Amino acid sequence: MNIKEAVEKLNLKILVEGDMDREITDCYIGDLLSWVMGRAGEDSIWLTVMGNINAVAVATLADVSCIVLVENSTLDEEAKVKAQTHGVTILSTEKNAYNLATEIYELLK
Amino acid sequence: MSAIHLRYEVPGDDFTRAGEASGAVKKRLKALGYNSDAIRRVAIAMYEAEINMVIHADGGYCDVDIYPDKVEILLADKGPGIPDVEKAMQAGFSTAPDNVRNLGFGAGMGLPNIKKYTDDMRIETEIGVGTNLYLTVRVNAE
Repeated sequence: MNIKEAVEKLNLKILVEGDMDREITDCYIGDLLSWVMGRAGEDSIWLTVMGNINAVAVATLADVSCIVLVENSTLDEEAKVKAQTHGVTILSTEKNAYNLATEIYELLK
Repeated sequence: MSAIHLRYEVPGDDFTRAGEASGAVKKRLKALGYNSDAIRRVAIAMYEAEINMVIHADGGYCDVDIYPDKVEILLADKGPGIPDVEKAMQAGFSTAPDNVRNLGFGAGMGLPNIKKYTDDMRIETEIGVGTNLYLTVRVNAE
């Protein structure tokens, strides 16, 4: 599944558009950045409430596929600019991480 | 003899710029064709170390030496030093202030993560003088 398909099937809002053809092969949930950075797999769809500039840096360094801000958590303006600069896709949903993850599980099966 | 030598300043107390050095090194290694696992390990270890310098030491600099088979990184600061290195190495131990925790850091994962992602890690620290962190990540060019 690529990001474009995820957006359609999971009904996600696009906050920052990066490479929408990028593949998603795994899913990771977490808000502690050091924890996420050390453990999120490459090409994961990362579900978090952290919409700050450091989350964007972590996404880049850990090479996750995209960020999904769950429960409509907010994206800081400076984080948005950094994501645009680095081509990091940021999506948003009103669902919580658990509910979204169950849907992702079905799609990645 | 080093193949490529890079130096970056790490600004103090500026979380928005932390990650610039590790991001730049990551890009450089990618362009040089190093394997993605090694690049990821270098990037994560460096970013954690950069964040540590921002939180605890008012910044510093890092020197990166890229060899065909390894990347050596020195992160040097003139911060307060680490009173108890063994304790600082324990997962979950942190002296970071609350504002840092609100950003998603300060979980006491920094040094443990760095150790996990590098093949060699050495800390030289002196109270009131500063800390030098030496890291080695072994790589294989593809």
